Amino acid sequence: MSILVNRETRLVVQGITGNEGSFHTRLMLDYGTQVVAGVTPGKGGEWVHGVPVFDTVREAVQTTGANTSIIYVPAPFAADAIMEAADAGIELIVCITEGIPVLDMMRACQFLEDTDARLIGPNCPGVITPGQAKVGIMPGHIHTPGPVGIVSRSGTLTYEVVKALTDRGLGQSTAVGIGGDPIIGTSFVDVLRMFENDPATQSIVLIGEIGGTDEEQAARFIASEVSKPVTAFIAGRTAPPGQRMGHAGAIIEGGEGTAQEKIAALEAVGIRVARHPAEVADLVAERL
Amino acid sequence: MKLHEYQSKRIFARYGLPVPQGNVATTPAEARQVAHLLGGPVVVKAQVLTGGRGKAGGIKLAKDAEETEEAARQIIGMFIKGLKVYKVLIEQATDIAQEMYMGIVVDRTHRKPIMIVSAQGGIEIEELAKNRPEMIFRLPIDPLRGLMDYQARNLAFELGLHGGLIRPFTAIARGLWRVFVENDATLAEINPLAITSEGQLIALDGKITLDDNALFRHLELNEMRDLQGETEAQRQARQADLSYVKLDGDIGCMVNGAGLAMATMDLVDLYGGRPANFLDIGGGARANKVAAALHIILADSDVKVILINIFGGITRCDEVARGLLAAMEEASTPVPPMVVRLVGANEEQGRQLLAAANVINATSLIEAAQKAVELASGQSQMQRP
Repeated sequence: MSILVNRETRLVVQGITGNEGSFHTRLMLDYGTQVVAGVTPGKGGEWVHGVPVFDTVREAVQTTGANTSIIYVPAPFAADAIMEAADAGIELIVCITEGIPVLDMMRACQFLEDTDARLIGPNCPGVITPGQAKVGIMPGHIHTPGPVGIVSRSGTLTYEVVKALTDRGLGQSTAVGIGGDPIIGTSFVDVLRMFENDPATQSIVLIGEIGGTDEEQAARFIASEVSKPVTAFIAGRTAPPGQRMGHAGAIIEGGEGTAQEKIAALEAVGIRVARHPAEVADLVAERL
Repeated sequence: MKLHEYQSKRIFARYGLPVPQGNVATTPAEARQVAHLLGGPVVVKAQVLTGGRGKAGGIKLAKDAEETEEAARQIIGMFIKGLKVYKVLIEQATDIAQEMYMGIVVDRTHRKPIMIVSAQGGIEIEELAKNRPEMIFRLPIDPLRGLMDYQARNLAFELGLHGGLIRPFTAIARGLWRVFVENDATLAEINPLAITSEGQLIALDGKITLDDNALFRHLELNEMRDLQGETEAQRQARQADLSYVKLDGDIGCMVNGAGLAMATMDLVDLYGGRPANFLDIGGGARANKVAAALHIILADSDVKVILINIFGGITRCDEVARGLLAAMEEASTPVPPMVVRLVGANEEQGRQLLAAANVINATSLIEAAQKAVELASGQSQMQRP
């Protein structure tokens, strides 16, 4: 078992003919992901790395039975791509694109409320179930199958933690990057609930950062609903208020969203918070 | 991108929101001229992108053109929270009966814009939310359908407004919503929204923050960028598409990925060092971008040690190494000690490229941070008299 993606994942790549889309399609195929279709409006009929390209997501779904989509579409058009995927009946949409306007994302999220689709991201590295499917841009080789579920707002910081886990012999059930934007489709709480219900996940790692109150909500949820051990890491203790730290969502505003508050909220409900990425692996190992 | 008060009010006026008559000035003589044309008592307001202008002496009343000139002389050139004042806004003074608040922000949790109103304004809304939460009313807005008249009207009734104020309040709420959506704002705020002694509503102060990610479709707004308020390092970072934030330490950091960049700064701090900056080169950076990033760090005279932390994936370690070498070669000042940690895609090639260069290699993030902190403290001891 695992969550979100597995061997049954049938992936359509939106924006497959672009540089990034084509490059990562190759890497996902190499990893063993079933990439069944690509979509670029106007380029239907072409092929990319042996994958057929369609003009619309609907056509791709009808022809290939795709159930999951990954989006590499440029920011000005990405929200539309999300809505197109949902309208075509895609169940899981993973949006890699960074820099989508906030208003576009709020509209897309409102649109998704009337559909059954789940959105991961945007501005995220994607989702990987080691040994089964890689739906994202993360380096596949640092992952190994195992019992640790990971949910994170960050990209390379997650790789750092995954590498530390793998180096210690601690494999991962699924690693989910929920994205560094202020408006994202799936929250910590959503993913925590899935990990709690996933028999393959025995321990959970939560990687947060400054900005918003998603970590505080996660702390409350863990206290009441999660029975599995949770280890956390929060980046940005040294971040100054009022400054955006790379991610659009990583900003301390109106005195809200500091790392100190988030760490305190997590520790208050008994969650162990690591001081640096490598220590996450130590803390996970202690309780497995 | 934050807009100045005068810029925000110009946008407000375009959408029919009532604002005081006024204009900006960059010299005391210009200020005098503006006041003369307006006639009567005016308010002279420093235009800087920070709060607390009043307390800092950046807002003054003037009863005529002469006093305006003197007020402008005092305000232009002063520093408010470290920001220099280049412009003042001169506006007709308003006789205020009541100060209210109206703003639209992005509610991250509900993924919707939210309108916030209060019958009490003129103070920071965060402060009011903490001390008098019952004074604040919130209305989530459906971003696909927009704000309806009846919703705006309901807010007016919640605030206890009645009679002739309901219609203008509703019109202002609708106008502010249009300002928010049509300009891709992440914040549009009127504080205070005043009721004058004649019973008119007027936006006495305005604040707009635009979504940087949406500026591509608002090129006219992009021109409002405050270039005078930007440091040289910020300008270079913006042009090279780098995320850079100056901090007050002495260890210059360059990392790929925002989360990892923050974690690296935190680790430096954990070992007793102080980061000089946040710098994220993003994903898949090529050599020229890496070189631009190193140039920014090298130009910071506070930097005693440089710490490079790269976890390669779509960013390739050999590209990073090439960029570092190029920038070191072009450097006009001596390059401080540099600790480099490269892992992931093409790390071997990257290390080989740097083998001949004078850098200190580290394999783990902890080792890299410890070495950088040791070097920085050694440097400061050497420099002590």
